[in-house]
Amino acid sequence: MPEALLETRGLGKTFGAVVAAEDVSVSVAAGEIVGVIGANGAGKTTFCNMVTGYLTPDRGRILFRGTDITGCTVGEATAAGIHRSFQIPQLFPGLTVYENLLLSVGVFGHRRPPWWKPLVRPEIQEAARRVMEQYRISDSAETRVDRLPQGVRKLLDIAMAMVGGPAMILLDEPTSGISTEEKFDVMGNVIDALRSSGATVLFVEHDMDVVGRYADRVIAFREGRVLADGAPQEVLENPAVIEHVVGRRPPRSSDA
Amino acid sequence: MTALRNIRPTTAGIALAAAVLLGLWPLLPAWAAHTAAVSLGGGLVALGLMILIRFGLVSFGQGLFFAIGGYAAALANQFLGITDMLVLSVAGITAAGAIAWALGYIVRGHRGIFFAMLNLAFSMILFGILAKTVALGSTDGFSVGVPTLLGVAPGPEAGRLTFVLFGFIVISSALVAWIVDRILASPVGYAGQGVRENELRLRYLGVSARGAVHLAYIMAAKLAALGGVFTVLLIGHVTPEDTAYWTKSGEFVFVAILGGAGNVAAPFIAQTVFELVRTFALQYVPEAWQMLLGITLLLVILFLPGGLWSLVDRLRGRNA
Ligand SMILES: Nc1ncnc2c1ncn2[C@@H]1O[C@H](COP(=O)(O)OP(=O)(O)OP(=O)(O)O)[C@@H](O)[C@H]1O
Ligand SMILES: [Mg+2]
Repeated sequence: MPEALLETRGLGKTFGAVVAAEDVSVSVAAGEIVGVIGANGAGKTTFCNMVTGYLTPDRGRILFRGTDITGCTVGEATAAGIHRSFQIPQLFPGLTVYENLLLSVGVFGHRRPPWWKPLVRPEIQEAARRVMEQYRISDSAETRVDRLPQGVRKLLDIAMAMVGGPAMILLDEPTSGISTEEKFDVMGNVIDALRSSGATVLFVEHDMDVVGRYADRVIAFREGRVLADGAPQEVLENPAVIEHVVGRRPPRSSDA
Repeated sequence: MTALRNIRPTTAGIALAAAVLLGLWPLLPAWAAHTAAVSLGGGLVALGLMILIRFGLVSFGQGLFFAIGGYAAALANQFLGITDMLVLSVAGITAAGAIAWALGYIVRGHRGIFFAMLNLAFSMILFGILAKTVALGSTDGFSVGVPTLLGVAPGPEAGRLTFVLFGFIVISSALVAWIVDRILASPVGYAGQGVRENELRLRYLGVSARGAVHLAYIMAAKLAALGGVFTVLLIGHVTPEDTAYWTKSGEFVFVAILGGAGNVAAPFIAQTVFELVRTFALQYVPEAWQMLLGITLLLVILFLPGGLWSLVDRLRGRNA
């Protein structure tokens, strides 16, 4: 097995009486696309928050490329190459799609932004346009993002997370709020873009069809713990996973 | 408000404005030249507030740094015998920069009303200290001599506002406005948009939001201090009440909102309007000038929420 890009050892996080993470030990190899599933409140977002430095775990360690990054800040995790998108898109609402990307590309990675050089330069404008094309949101370039449909907001959120070319990206429910018909379109587009960037992907998803289609591996969470971790078939058919995560549903014979 | 696309003044535009003011000097009556210079001084403070407004922040205590600049220059003049306006300006800016750097560690973690009020608190403390310090003349303050520039000293018959001081204020203000305009168009300015619009996203872009706020705070403080130096040199006297008192800080916020955050020229225009309204109101309707200012502000907030500058934007939009 190749060396792990991301590894967590016994991560734990408690909010008052709620145990949001307990003994979470997972490992993600470079190039993998890992799907994360779990019922509401299972600790999926908490996991993303800890790995990206937004929350400090109460227990356990996080290693990235073999380096201990436990307790680092969001800025440090970003600099190390771990980026994320959000369950609720985190955009600059008063600006247009193009301006959101211009700003993102222009300030990216400047812990102390330089004040002596202009942000709007041809190479920055070009990069912002390229990102829009890659995620197929160029048509909305001039629209203020608080007036965008949910699907485009989700795409922009992911596009902004990809600015700077992360080694690893965590997508927190990339298809939430998107209609079932559009989900595969959006996800296919995103996975293509991510694959061509070479990023390792971990995505949180509630739609098991999406998970089954795009994940190389699946991790199931339940009440903060890892319930199952393995090949998609294996995990999605695991009885405990079906009982606590997937839920029982009538077999769909027609869509094979 | 999409500040990203605001029309920026050209270098030539700023230079032209400065040249016009300098060229007008022989024609301007004394009161007008004085008003123009005082407006540039106050406008610098409002310009600093404008930077903070771009970051989504407002300070109700900018009088703190206005006072630090004014007192630093006045002290250097009275106790060290320094008369050079350039040296006095540097002294004011340095003192304010150092204090803002230290206080910045406290304020940079706060936003909204807490940020605004923390600054008010600092300014009230300074006011208290100045008003109680007998060596600095307590509430009466003390006087400042007529400044010189690089060895050029005005003759004894010259008034307080010499061409040297006027020219110095005009040229430095233009230079500072030019620098601020560049800063607002740099990643720092855009980071300010990020702080205002979505700080979480900004952090995930690897930018230290607190660091950016700290930087903006120091810049605003230095601008306020330079405004303080100019004002004290123009008036020839410094008192706690005219610098650090909370009503002075309120005035600067008033001017910043009156002008709007659209362009570096806006704070100077707004300060000029403010000075003119005050001068004429005090002369003709002395008991009603505050009411007049109140009505002005009310009209701007209701009909020009982008400040006076949005009038310029509208005109340009129509011509385009
Ligand atoms: N900042 C917080 N303060 C208090 N409790 C929290 C906090 N963040 C998460 N929790 C709690 O921790 C548990 C796990 O939350 P988390 O958001 O990680 O779940 P999730 O798996 O992402 O769920 P969902 O599918 O609804 O997004 C929940 O019970 C939640 O209420
Ligand atoms: Mg979640």
